[in-house]
Amino acid sequence: MADTHRRIVPGDEPGEGDGGARLAVTKLLRPFLDYRRLAWLWVRAAAQYPLSLALMSLAVTTGVLTQVGAVVIVFGHAGTLAGFTVYEGLLVFALASSAFGIADMFAGSVERLGHHVRTGSFDAMLIRPVSPLVQVAADEFSPRRLGKVVPALVVLGIALVNVDVEWSYLKMALLALTMLSGVLICSAIWVISACVQFFVAGAREAANSLTYGGQALTEYPIAIYGEEIVRSVTYVVPLAFVSWQPALLVLDRPDPLGMPEYLRHTGPAVAVLLCACAALVWRTGLRHYRSTGS
Amino acid sequence: MRVHFAVYARGLRRHSTYRAATVAGVLTNSVFGAINAMVLLAVFAARPRINGYDATDAVTQVFVGQMLITVTMIISIAPSLDLAERIRTGEIASDLLRPVSLQGWWLAQDLGRATFGLVFRGLPTFLVGVVLFDVVIPDGVGRSLVFLASVFLAALIGFALRYLYSLCGFWMLDSRGVWAINGLVGPVIAGMLLPLALFPPTIGDMLRLLPWACMVQIPAEILLGKDDLPGGGALGGLALQGLWAAVLLGAGTYLTSVATRRAVIQGG
Amino acid sequence: MTSNAIIRTDPGEPIIEVVDLGRDFVLSEGPFLRRTRRTVTAVRDLTFTVRPGEIVGCLGPNGAGKSSTMKMLTGILTPTSGRARVAGMEPARQRTRLAREIGVVFGQRTTLWWDLPLRDSLALTRHLYRVPGRAHAERLAELTELLELGPFLDTPVRQLSLGQRMRGDITAALLHAPRLLVLDEPTIGLDVVSKSTIRDFLLRTNSERGTTILITTHDLGDVERLCERVMVIDHGRLVFDGALPRLRAAVPTPRMLVVDLASASGEIEVTGARTVRVEGPRQWLELRDNPARVIAEVTREHEVVDLTLREPDIEAVVSSLYRGADPVEEAGSR
Repeated sequence: MADTHRRIVPGDEPGEGDGGARLAVTKLLRPFLDYRRLAWLWVRAAAQYPLSLALMSLAVTTGVLTQVGAVVIVFGHAGTLAGFTVYEGLLVFALASSAFGIADMFAGSVERLGHHVRTGSFDAMLIRPVSPLVQVAADEFSPRRLGKVVPALVVLGIALVNVDVEWSYLKMALLALTMLSGVLICSAIWVISACVQFFVAGAREAANSLTYGGQALTEYPIAIYGEEIVRSVTYVVPLAFVSWQPALLVLDRPDPLGMPEYLRHTGPAVAVLLCACAALVWRTGLRHYRSTGS
Repeated sequence: MRVHFAVYARGLRRHSTYRAATVAGVLTNSVFGAINAMVLLAVFAARPRINGYDATDAVTQVFVGQMLITVTMIISIAPSLDLAERIRTGEIASDLLRPVSLQGWWLAQDLGRATFGLVFRGLPTFLVGVVLFDVVIPDGVGRSLVFLASVFLAALIGFALRYLYSLCGFWMLDSRGVWAINGLVGPVIAGMLLPLALFPPTIGDMLRLLPWACMVQIPAEILLGKDDLPGGGALGGLALQGLWAAVLLGAGTYLTSVATRRAVIQGG
Repeated sequence: MTSNAIIRTDPGEPIIEVVDLGRDFVLSEGPFLRRTRRTVTAVRDLTFTVRPGEIVGCLGPNGAGKSSTMKMLTGILTPTSGRARVAGMEPARQRTRLAREIGVVFGQRTTLWWDLPLRDSLALTRHLYRVPGRAHAERLAELTELLELGPFLDTPVRQLSLGQRMRGDITAALLHAPRLLVLDEPTIGLDVVSKSTIRDFLLRTNSERGTTILITTHDLGDVERLCERVMVIDHGRLVFDGALPRLRAAVPTPRMLVVDLASASGEIEVTGARTVRVEGPRQWLELRDNPARVIAEVTREHEVVDLTLREPDIEAVVSSLYRGADPVEEAGSR
């Protein structure tokens, strides 16, 4: 963090004369600045064990690559799945694992909420003037998670080059936007499922069925799971907007199950809605924690 | 032996207190099993037979894999044996004072945990698979006993590997990296993500001989009554598992003595 | 004994004002489905005031409601009844704003980054609390000098001794110049030298900067050295609130007269005192009357080599206070 001295010191709050706009912006950015500070410290802490960090990054990368291998094997045997060829299948896989990978990198640590509550470190977070959500999410931030994101993005690139798509700037922008929505949806799911631990101790693993389970589900064209599951991951837990709808959008393909085509454009709205939901659930959980002390 | 039995019972009891976690575990394993099974069903719908496997075989193997997770802890990406933490903090010194071997003591405790895991997490998960999908269940007492023996050997191998990962802590400042590789790569080469029969034959045949396959692929094939097991049948599969269990536990004993001698010298 | 609560009418707003503060917990017990619920009162009807600049010691057995009280004062826990105001704010509602006005140290848990030099954790604190750069540098220099952090400021926290780590934690809690410092068992497990360094430092911070200090402890050395005022909480109630000497006076704990006789003899019998222990020529007498009169009588009747008068130690006082407290039904802490 060589730029420490250049940056505006957050303590030097804009004076009265600066107008409310700058103050509002500073306030809005504050959680992100705090997150960056905390994450950077964790990165430096992780760097104290370079061998472990290297091995873990390698492990994560190898894990993704073996999964890619599995996708290739599966499509190799089946030819096509739900009308998707191997590269189109890789596109779906890469969209899912990059979205989950990025969300995991920034928010995955919230799954350790129960641990913080048990050990009392959550109380220590509550007496700091920083959102406890930011602190929990930044906890043990580690660059090893790039070991998942980078290969996923590389596979995404390879898949995009090899699928039959007519590219336009609009489509690129839409792809970027849907990917961002995917990351937000995954992060929100992570937060929501972690909040269960405010209410039920030892429920961490149940959350995994939603987070990692969601990732496993979205790695393949979800039409193969049948209509009921597709409907529930569209309208109940909107996992369909992580990889499936963006893939339909990029490939410009009609929905194999005949679901409405406008759905593929609603990703950003769904993401915003789900994030609002996550914020609400977090607040409720936090209030419950502070009013029960459990 | 009495000591070992007491330690075994303690391991079993200790895990029986995590009730919510057990229910959550069954749910998670079932969800993963179901997703995995549905992908394979889609593949086999396109191609009904792949290298001697059909859809039922593949789905059965998926749920064998999910069932054995808590027996072998094959997906541990972080230390799943308290031994690792005790080595890191140095508390291991007091363990070495016990009149029983370090490996024997931890094995007994881990088998207690595995027994609890098999009965309260593994079997319910497998039952979910039986209810939701077309899954093969052992026909007859003989096949059941052979399968149970295979599960026991899988538990021994699962323990022996994790014991060796933990011992790494004597030589490395931090053994988390070793565990991460185990948890992320182990399940794939064990045939948990995809049956090894779906792999390119040369790779699949090679992986099948490694200890990881002995924790999913071999037990599944024994349950399915496959005749292309190493050695030609169930007994061949058990022999392979037994061989790996002996080799890995032997390595554990040897490295324990090396490591403790080292630790004693360091401790002055 | 809540009548002992001191209500002072000094000018200036009190830094802590607590009125009828109460906290109940609902416990679920028993096996799933046949679970029974039971309400347990951890804190009840707590009323007290702390003025800026005071050092208040909070005593009480484990589970008496001390930590629930501290959690309510810092905004971690929402009260069930009554109200609290800390630094002019309502802790439960204004937790984040309040956090900048208070510093909290948990003696049994560090908030420092285990693998990084102490300096880095302190720098982070500056950013999280938004302390301007220059103010931070000055404050850090001052605290470094007072707490002698210099030699280990660049050492990873995991390599620090317990005493060094505690000094680091106290520094982290004070860098943003809080008006109130809350310490939970700050000297637990420390050696004598570290304890005394920390106590001296706290006294100095209090007198020079006027920082109010609220300290929960089991270490009576902390109390005797630091606290002009003591609050004793038991079974969720405030059973004593006042100056340390008054605590001794409030509880009928007798002083002890230790008499060394020229030779071993039978129990000394004297009015106004009772012999409780005999060990060869040495006898212990529990005083119930004016010591001067008793001493005069003893020396008149016996051949005395030496005499010592012992003040009851605080430990005895506090524990007799717990025993004397009214048992509260359904009380206790989780």
